[in-house]
This record gives sequence, structure tokens and C-alpha cells, in this order.
Amino acid sequence: MTITTYNHWKITRDTDGITWLHLDKADTNTNVLSNDVVIELGAIVETLTQTPPKGVVILSDKASGFIAGADIKEFTGYTTKEIALVAVRRAHQVFNRIEDLPCPTVAMISGFCLGGGMELALACKYRVAEDGPKTKLGLPEVKLGIHPGYGGTVRSIRTAGVFAAMDLMLTGRTVDARAAKRMGLVDHAVPLRQLRVAARAMVITPPAKRPLAVWLRLVNYRLLRPWVANILRKKVAARAPQDHYPAPYALIDLWQKYYDDPFLMLDQEAQSIAQLSCGHTAQSLVRVFLLQEQLKALGRSEDFHPHHVHVIGAGVMGGDIAGWCALRGFTVTLQDQKKEALANVIKRTHGLFKKVIKDRLLVTRAMDRLVPDPKGNGLKRADVVIEAIFEDAEVKRTLFKSIEPQIKPQAILATNTSSIPLDELNTVLTKPSRLVGLHFFNPVSKMPLVEIVQSPTTDKTVAQQAAAFTKQIDRLPLPVSSKPGFLVNRILMPYLMEAMLLAEEAVPLASIDAAALKFGMPMGPIELADTVGLDICLHVAENLGKSMNIEVPARLRQMVQAGHLGRKSGRGFYEFKNDKALKPAIPSGYHQPDDMEHRLIFRMLNEAVACWRDTVVESIDHADAGIIFGTGFAPFRGGPFHYIFHMGVKPMLQLLEQLQQRYGARFTPDRGWATLDSKK
Amino acid sequence: MAGATNSQHRNFGTGSQPARPVYIVDGARTPFLKARGKPGPFPAAELAVGCGRQLLTRQTFDPSAIDEVIVGCVMPGPDEANIARVLALRLGIGNDVPAYTVQRNCASGMQALDNAAMEIAANRAHLILAGGVESMSHCPVLYNNEMVNWLAALAGAKSLGQRLRVFSQLRLKHFKPIIGLLRGLTDPVVGLSMGQTAENLAYRFNISRQQMDEFAVRSHQRLAAAQDQGHLNEIEPLYDYSGKFYDNDDGLRRDSSVEALGKLKPVFDRPFGAVTAGNSAQVTDGSALLLLASEHAVQEYKLPVIGQIKDSQWSGLEPAQMGLGPVHAITPILQRQQFQLKDVDYWEINEAFAAQVLGCLAAWEDDDYCKNELGLDTTLGTLDQQRLNVDGGGVSIGHPVGASGARIVLHVLDVLKRNNAKRGIASLCIGGGQGGAMLVERV
Repeated sequence: MTITTYNHWKITRDTDGITWLHLDKADTNTNVLSNDVVIELGAIVETLTQTPPKGVVILSDKASGFIAGADIKEFTGYTTKEIALVAVRRAHQVFNRIEDLPCPTVAMISGFCLGGGMELALACKYRVAEDGPKTKLGLPEVKLGIHPGYGGTVRSIRTAGVFAAMDLMLTGRTVDARAAKRMGLVDHAVPLRQLRVAARAMVITPPAKRPLAVWLRLVNYRLLRPWVANILRKKVAARAPQDHYPAPYALIDLWQKYYDDPFLMLDQEAQSIAQLSCGHTAQSLVRVFLLQEQLKALGRSEDFHPHHVHVIGAGVMGGDIAGWCALRGFTVTLQDQKKEALANVIKRTHGLFKKVIKDRLLVTRAMDRLVPDPKGNGLKRADVVIEAIFEDAEVKRTLFKSIEPQIKPQAILATNTSSIPLDELNTVLTKPSRLVGLHFFNPVSKMPLVEIVQSPTTDKTVAQQAAAFTKQIDRLPLPVSSKPGFLVNRILMPYLMEAMLLAEEAVPLASIDAAALKFGMPMGPIELADTVGLDICLHVAENLGKSMNIEVPARLRQMVQAGHLGRKSGRGFYEFKNDKALKPAIPSGYHQPDDMEHRLIFRMLNEAVACWRDTVVESIDHADAGIIFGTGFAPFRGGPFHYIFHMGVKPMLQLLEQLQQRYGARFTPDRGWATLDSKK
Repeated sequence: MAGATNSQHRNFGTGSQPARPVYIVDGARTPFLKARGKPGPFPAAELAVGCGRQLLTRQTFDPSAIDEVIVGCVMPGPDEANIARVLALRLGIGNDVPAYTVQRNCASGMQALDNAAMEIAANRAHLILAGGVESMSHCPVLYNNEMVNWLAALAGAKSLGQRLRVFSQLRLKHFKPIIGLLRGLTDPVVGLSMGQTAENLAYRFNISRQQMDEFAVRSHQRLAAAQDQGHLNEIEPLYDYSGKFYDNDDGLRRDSSVEALGKLKPVFDRPFGAVTAGNSAQVTDGSALLLLASEHAVQEYKLPVIGQIKDSQWSGLEPAQMGLGPVHAITPILQRQQFQLKDVDYWEINEAFAAQVLGCLAAWEDDDYCKNELGLDTTLGTLDQQRLNVDGGGVSIGHPVGASGARIVLHVLDVLKRNNAKRGIASLCIGGGQGGAMLVERV
């Protein structure tokens, strides 16, 4: 066996004459196709072209997986289309040469195989993938505001057919090895013990390529494509409007216009991706991705390894937190005196697990880890204790006082309070510094953010451990200081209240929600208030009202008093049927107030500036990240601050001042705007 | 009529008192859930896991401290081969902790405790999770042999013609299922159902239908009182996936009366018998698990000792008289320990059938039986029923066959504690003609 070593690649040739290309990107744990990795691969392929071996197998030497995609950090340098095009064309050239190698070529996939990694695999003649829990294949570029750009648009459709390929490319979802096999994306899904055998077999006895099914070839015909493309566009439009998200539409166009000529389509793909990647949407989404990495890094910790989580309170939040922790592999005891509540959580959690875990046996194992604990026996075993009972400071204090002597001295003691400052709760503890806030959002399984709430009393190590725990349950930790409302609720409340004021001004509810959706919020504020629960909205608003200028609309109080609490009671601002809001149609000819979008959004932006100035978060990046992951704030705008900077601080401030003149004090610019101005 | 057994010729030895002390440090059980004609909410493994994880959660030691898991189960489900191992793994006790399942019919749960006691006495283990489980409502229904042969023929048929021919041979009789539960409750050697063996005892000791029904009503009344007074702390609730929870034995009939029971038809000896569904143990799902520890483990983990296993006994007798098993298992213990019946503070004799428990009491009072069958010089006398099954038994609580043996040991300890008493015996009759008994003492 001969070995040649490059900076990122290692080449071995075995006795059968098969060349194994090992990617082991230098100075990192994860393989990505950075420019230098592609350049090296180009040089290697050059030599392989000159003296073709019996076969080539591309594999990863990293434990984390095959290849996670392109190097997203490099995207921030793509300020013009020309710069982007250089990198894209280079990759195209290398991948085309791989495709043209006369010998069998195999991608041996285990772990992550995403984006550019998947595209490299698609440039090989065969793909074999490990059938294991870590294997994930996909083309998630759309999540970054682009589409596959290394030949993936052409090759994925050719390999798996337009529907499977578009499904992956338009949704960005990933699939496991078995699903990939069913889609025709890989040739074999085998257990790790057979992976090398399978890769070798593809070289030694290369099987004939199976052609696409007849009907899949049919829909690729020129005359049918416009029709299919329109169906695809409609499906996309329901989720991602073209104004905000151009990439999926560009992708559908590529296929519709150029599929007949693969070379032309490849060329157009390169043009399109270069164009998209320097656009505002892609640059914003790349920022979001990097912000996410930044938050993940906050949870890095080598010396905190909790096993047992004890959650007190089997309400919606407590139950969801408990279920989520069990799903992520922790042993969880859930304490509540009400067995009905515990039984309800078990049912709900089982429903969730059945949805997200495919293997029936793994569902059982996960359910086994969630232990209903009416007597609170788990307290003394737990490494992390999370309080999620009713929002009442006195009740919480009584609880903390009684549990502190029972829990392990080194266990984290956390509260999921959404509004009570830690320093009002930790006074009853013999060690007040141990209390930290772990503020989850509803629904826990969908909301990636957890606010790590700290007061000046809070022990820094405890906060760091809380962040590490958050990372371990696959959520994003955001350190915030224990000021009323923390970050997310403090920003949401003015926005929701403004929406309710608009409702009181007789603006049709659906019109209010539509304005927010148009801006890019994932859900309108009226529906969001109904979803959060109007009682909770009222409680938080009143709590925040103590420290900030919040007008609580009279209608909100009336509805809560009447028991119309929103989605959970079947009626709030909207009526709910089968858990869906029935939105009355906007009367035809209705003209919405011109400044409605501004009224909604500027309440949020102004509060975001206030939070930053008030050091609720430690940086603008953290503020943007928290608001995007905590509220769903239009990701393609890159966060409120990114949006303000993009539009210009001065013009934005002027708009805010106009609103202040029209509507008064609640639009008074926070004094933070002045310092914001000087920063940019 | 049953011939004399040869038990009077047996040498019971000098005693099976453990070489090293064996302590019971904790235990829990599920509510016992009556089988209602279809599979209940929990297969056996779910029952045992639901019970075991509560038991382990309240311990001070880590589950990995456990040395072995031993579980009694008569008929585990098809996905529950060696159910003790399934339990151990699902409880997260660790891959490296061995587990085995034992089967001695109705006493399987007690057998598991006895095995655990022997291992601790022999210094082979210090901390053992042991007990029993049964989901009788999930007992498999099987294809009959004709059907299996037909299926084999179908699998072997190659051509279309062959297949059609095999199909043409399918008859209605092929679909007659084998109800595993009924077979399990029928003696495979003498062919009598368990209920018929109880009819034998009623015949032998002149136990009337009235007596049986009165016994059954009392069992329900005692369980009702125990529930009302909160005497069943041993129960850990179960939660199913449809949002329901179960925190009490649900076979209890608070409205049970001799009049109502008198209307039931005999089920085993039709139409003249006296043993009915109302004066027999209920077919039930449930699990009971205990933690047994050596002196060493008690000290190392500072475990609270709730009792000590002092002696145990297994005996055989004629299968057709299996209900008298407790008499044959308890008597040698009394002899070894030189106790009279009155020296034992509280008793749990599993209520497989009212007639069967009454038969045991009658046997001890019967001169002929004590002399000829037990080899005693005189009768043992009367067992005070105020000290027997004080919180009800199989008739009211139910009898998940693999679990009951563990339940009664756990429960007699609880009764002893409640009454600040010292000594208790738990015993069961065993299908196939055996008896098992365990002597426990509070320390």
C-alpha cells in the first residue's frame, strides 16, 4: 500500500489497485469543502486523470462525518458576483473531471453528507452510505439563501428524479441512509461493518446504473416542465415569498429552462449561485448561520456532564422541557402532585417521540427515560433541576427553600421563569449564587433558543454549566441579564401590544397578521398572542409594565376575564377549529393604514436597541441571534440590528421619530439610538 | 380421592436459613390491573419497567451498583425473551449487569426472591433487584398445529398450481386458536384446570359455596379498607400513552356481597361446582419488585432495612391437590424454627381460590391430614384469620401469576411495620402441585 499525503487529503492505493481519497481537513473537526480543499482535490484528480487507477473511493477520516458542505465562512467574502464565480467555477471544473474519470468512482458516506459534500458524492458514479443514526444526507443550501452550486442541481435531478431532488433542495431537509436509498440518492445503505466491502464491490464489479423510472423521465421533458415547475412554485410560495427568498425560484427556473442541456444548466447554475450568494438574503442567512455557531460555541464545555434532569411542574412548559431532555438522552424525572398532569405529559411526549423517532424500539427507550415522579424522588439524584411551576414569586421561593437542602451540592438549580428577576427568587437560598435561569420557549421542540438568565449574584461557572447543558440538549444558549422580560419577551411584548392596539382601532385582524407576515415574521402577532395564550400575554405584559412603558389594551383584559385564552381554550382573538385559526376575510376594498408595518416592527426595533443599551445582552450579535431564534424575526433580514444597519441608522431613526409624533411616547426613540449611530 | 403423598418420609434437613444475612431494603409494585378480555394497557415489560424505574429513582445508590436482576414470569410476551434482561437494560442498570428469568408457575416472583437470597447468602452478590411480573391479558394466542403445518405447506409451494392446491386444503378448524392463558392454567400432567383442583379441596374438606363467597366478600372489604386508609403505599402509579394513569388495584368490587356472588355460575365444574369467577383470583396484570441486599451493601449504601429473609421452603404434593401447597411449604418452616401457628404475627397466603385458602386452614385443623400427609403427631391448630391477608388477596387484588409471590413478601413486611410486629410468612400454592413459603422478620 502506498500513501501520499497532502495538506487536507491523504491518498492510499491498495493491492487491488483501488485509490482511496481520504479527506481529513487540517486544523478542524469537521470536513468542509473550503477553497484550498477543492484546489488540492483538483490537483489530485489531475494526476488520476493522467493515470487512471482501477477505481477511486472518496471517504472521510473524520469521526463527525463525510463532508458537512462548503466553507460557509468564505461566503462572507463573496461581496461581488465575480469573486463568487471564481470559487464556483473552480469547483465545477474539479467535479466535472471526477465525473469524467474512466474508472468507477465511489463516495463512501458515513455521518454528515451535506451541501457541497453531497454534490461531490453525486459527481461520483456510485454512493454507499452507512445505515446508522448519524448519517444525514441533504442539499440544505436553500437555508442559506442559495441553491446547490457545485453541479448539485443537475446531478441530483438526474440521479433521484425531479421530485425527490427538488424536495431536498427546496426544503433543505436531510434524510437518513435508508431514505436516501429509497430516493435513489445512494446505491446502498449498509451497516458500518459492510461499508468498505460495499465501496470495494462497486469498484470490483461495477453494477449497471439503473435508469430513472419512466414517469420521472417523462416529467423532465421540455413540454411538461413548465407545468411541473408551476406546481413547485406554488408549493414554495406558501412557505417562502419570492421577494424575500429568491433562491428556490431561481432553482426551479434553472431546471425548467435548461434541463435539456446539462452543460448549459451547469453554467447557469454557476451564474445563479454566484449572483445569489452575494445578495442580501444569502448574506443575511449566512450571518444567521454564523450567529448560530457563535451561540453553540457558548455551550462548549469539557467538564460538565450531567445525566439526570429533574423538572418540577408538569404544565405545558415543564412537560415539554422534560420530554425534550429525555429525547436528547437524559434520564428525566418530572415532578408534579397532579397525576393527571403527568399522564398528559406522557401522552403528549409519546406523540412527539413517535413523530421524530422512526425506530419503535428507540421510542420505547426514550419513553423509559422520562419518569413521572409525583413524590419528587428524582430531586436528590439530579444533576440539573429545572423549576417550571406557576409564575408566582412567593410560590417559587417556598419551593426553592424546600428543595435546596435535598439537591446535590454541585447540581444546577434553574428556574424557567419568564418574568421574575432571579434576585427576587434566590434570596431564600443558603447559596443564592447557584440559581440560574433557563428560559425555554414554547413549543420547546421547535424553538431552538434558551435564554441563560443571570443576575449579578449568579455564579459565572453555574451560568457556563447551564449554557453547556443547553448545548447538550441541542438548543442554543443565549446569555441574558436578569432584567424584566429578559430579551425575547421584552421585545415581543411591545410588538404584540401594538398589534392589539391596531385591533382596537378596528383594523381587521387578518390584515394585521398579513402585514407582519409580509415583513417576514413566521406568524402574525395576533395569532402568536393566541398561540402563546392571552393569559400569559397579559401576565407578562403587566409584569413588564412595572418597569417599562406598556399600555395593556382593555380588550386583552376583557378576553382573559371571559376565559378566551387563545388557541388552548379554542377562542381568543380568533376562533380555533382543529387547532387552526379561523381568520375572517379582510373586507374587499379595505385599505390598511399605511404605517401599520412600521408601527409593528418599530416597536420591536426600538425595544431591541433599548435591550442592547441596557446590556440585557452583551453584544449586537447576541441581540440579533436571540431575536431571530427566539421570535423567528425574519431571518433573511439578519436580525433587527442587521436590518437597521442595512437600511441606515439615520433614516430608520427618522421613521421612528415620525411615529413618535403621530402616536406619542410609546415610540420615543431609546437613547441607545444615539450610540448606535456613532458605531456605524 | 387423593392418595397419601410421601412427604412424611421427606427429610427437611437442618434448615435453609441463609449462611449470611439477606436483607430486603425496599420494594414497590404496580397497581394490579384486571384483564378485561383483551390485551390491557401494559405488556409485561412495561409493567416491570414502570415499577422498577420508580423503585430505582428513590434509591441513594446508582443503578449500576446492582449486581444482578432476577425476575419471575410465567408467560412473557414474544418480544420479552428473558424478560429480566429486558428489564435490566431498559432500566439503564448497565450492559455489564447480568439478569435471568425464573419460572415456577404461580410462585415465580417468590422464586426470584429466593434465588436472590441464595446468591447473597453465598456471597456471590451484594445487591439484587428481584421480583415478578405478569401481563396475563397479553398472554399469547397461538396457531394450532394444523395451521402451522398448513402454513409450512404454503411456504413450500412453488408453482401456482401447488399454491392453489394448498389453499384448497384450508379448513375452518385451522383457525381454532390455542388460548395460551387457558393452557397455562391447566395442569399438563393430570389435565385438571386449576379451578378443578380447588373443587377437589372443597370436596375433601367440605367447604361450602357460602363459605367461599363469604371469604371472597371479606377479601374485597379488606382491600377497600386498605385503600381507604392509605395502607397501599407500595403501589407506584402507571401511566399509559393515551393520557391515563392507574394508581389503584382496579379489580376491587366495593359492592361485593354474598347475595350477588351467589348468583354466579360455576366455571370449572359445570353445572354443579362451587368455584366461580367471583371466589377465584382475578386474571390480572401487574409487577412487584424488591431490592435485596447483603450486610456489606446495607452498610456501604446506608440502606434502610425493612426486613430480613430468615427461611424459605419449596415442597411438592399431588398435582390434583395443588391448592394445599402452602400447608406443605409452611409446615417444615414452622418445624425448623420450632414455631406454632400463633408465633407468626402476620400471614399472606395467596388467594388463588377462596376454597384453596380455606382448604389450607382446614388441613392444619384436620387430624387425618396432619398425621398422614404431613407426618405430624397432632394437628397444627387454627390460624387466626384476623392475621391472614389483612388487606385482601388474589380474589380482590388479583393474581398476576409471576408477580404475586413478590407482592405478598413485600406486603407482609408492610403489614408487620404498620402493626409494629416482627414475624411474617408469605406463601403460595403452585400449579403442578407445589407450595412455596418464605419467612421474613423485621430487624
